[in-house]
Amino acid sequence: MSVLVVLEHMDGKWNRMSFEALEAARKVAQELNTALEAVVLGSGIDSLGADVAAYEVSKVWTINDPLLQAYTPDGYTAALEQLIKHVQPGLVLFPHTYQVRDYAPKLAARFGKALVSDVVDVRADGQDVLFVRQLFQGKLNADVKVKGEPRFASIQAGAFRAAQGGPASAPIENFGVQLRASDIRSKPEAPFRDAQRSVDLGAANIIVSVGRGIKEKENIPIVEELAQVLGGELAASRPICDNGWLPMERQVGSSGQTVSPKLYLAVGISGAIQHLVGMKGAKTVVAINKDESAPIFETADYGIAGDLFEVVPALVEEFKKVKG
Amino acid sequence: MKIVVAVKQVPARDSNFRPNGTGRWLDESDLNFEINEPDAYALEGALQLKEKLGGEVLVVSLGPERVLQTIRDALAKGADRAIHIATEEEAPSDSFITAQLIAAALKAESPDLVLTGLQSDDLGYGQTGVILAELLGFSHATIVMEVEPQDGAIRVKRELENGWFQHVVLTIPAVLTVQSGIKKLRYATLMGIKKAKSKEVKTIPASSLSATLAPSMVIERVYSPQRSKQTQMLSGSAQQVAQQLAEKLRFEARVI
Repeated sequence: MSVLVVLEHMDGKWNRMSFEALEAARKVAQELNTALEAVVLGSGIDSLGADVAAYEVSKVWTINDPLLQAYTPDGYTAALEQLIKHVQPGLVLFPHTYQVRDYAPKLAARFGKALVSDVVDVRADGQDVLFVRQLFQGKLNADVKVKGEPRFASIQAGAFRAAQGGPASAPIENFGVQLRASDIRSKPEAPFRDAQRSVDLGAANIIVSVGRGIKEKENIPIVEELAQVLGGELAASRPICDNGWLPMERQVGSSGQTVSPKLYLAVGISGAIQHLVGMKGAKTVVAINKDESAPIFETADYGIAGDLFEVVPALVEEFKKVKG
Repeated sequence: MKIVVAVKQVPARDSNFRPNGTGRWLDESDLNFEINEPDAYALEGALQLKEKLGGEVLVVSLGPERVLQTIRDALAKGADRAIHIATEEEAPSDSFITAQLIAAALKAESPDLVLTGLQSDDLGYGQTGVILAELLGFSHATIVMEVEPQDGAIRVKRELENGWFQHVVLTIPAVLTVQSGIKKLRYATLMGIKKAKSKEVKTIPASSLSATLAPSMVIERVYSPQRSKQTQMLSGSAQQVAQQLAEKLRFEARVI
């Protein structure tokens, strides 16, 4: 059973998660003592194929077709279905991106399978493959196995360190696919951004981030004061921005900004996967939450299981002394 | 427009999640259940489309008898009728089988649109809607924020990563998986609750629907995750923990 990894780009620019999936695929192929092949698809993507050839893979497939110029689930599914039938891999890995979530389940269904999505680990178990997933927003883990080949799985952001290219030069082969314009049922328009950003959370050294635990919009100033005392930026998890309590540009997570401050204080944030992905790069993490089993404590350096409405004002007083 | 909303009942977020005796699923004895949050937004989206365009909203949900509560809540909010695909086991099957069962139950319905949440808060596979589209032969779009009906088509706004968005025009019939938080959720009115009692709920045993019933994906073990970091938990009064934290951040982590 060989391993095939599907790499993603947007308009010729690599999605960095592609190389994390490549690293997961390289590791498991080595454990299974089998070949690793990679595929990139689009239109006019020869230079992307050449990029991949520098990694530790035994072969790079490129699928070049004008109908793959813009991503559509119908086009990508049809193209990859044809390649997988040709290569017959035992395991197909993807980065767990929004795009993969859009088409990989459809592709797996063509082979009568479910996708083992958003896995945090993948490893050989004899000749079988074991996948590790998070359940209940990260509160429990599950070991998952798949009966029969091919197995399909997508790798969570940050679960693997990105693979490094080297002096290798793997063979590149273009795979011709049969696609018909009439089979593509969606017409995508050009991607856009809603608003100009005025806050760059990515550059902040200290971030105080607030979640559902704050309960009401009227309580936001409690946390805002903490950010001010520390000279940091105020940020939030998704539900806070969805409610309009803080602007969208202050959202940290997979659909918001990715941050890497020296200090990240998570206040009343439970730590859903989508949020953790955005703050993985933080050096020191402090979590304040009344639920001591909240997943945010898994990634925190310092944890306070307590009532934020008592703890945060006490912190403000304490930091005033320190900073004063 | 005939709109189907597929909703799932999941354990409440603040539940106590513990593996059960078999170690392959969780102990459900002291869990409270509620509608999966993204599915609540899918329902809201469907009800608003119906208000604008007319037509019918049909709710479908799969699970043991307890999911009838979630179905009744959806009817009270304004859905017209419901299908309950009744299963016996507590532990879930894989998403491919779930989608097969829903597709089979919808066969006679020929909806224009199927809406569901982008993922479930319990298992989080995020794929039942996409597989359902494949099995029904419908087009689809995921992580949808807005729906704009057009002549013989629909135009949707999708969320991409890192603050990007995109409009996509789809043929109908279509399956849309809906992002959370796109609209304000309505509450059921007293009148709605009253009316719901006389609305049709059709129960279809899962065993009577044609589907591959052996899942390809099997959960071998469920367990508490190991901490990836050594977390120092601080305890004491609010003043005490504040003092300890300030000390640690200054002299141990040296970040302030």
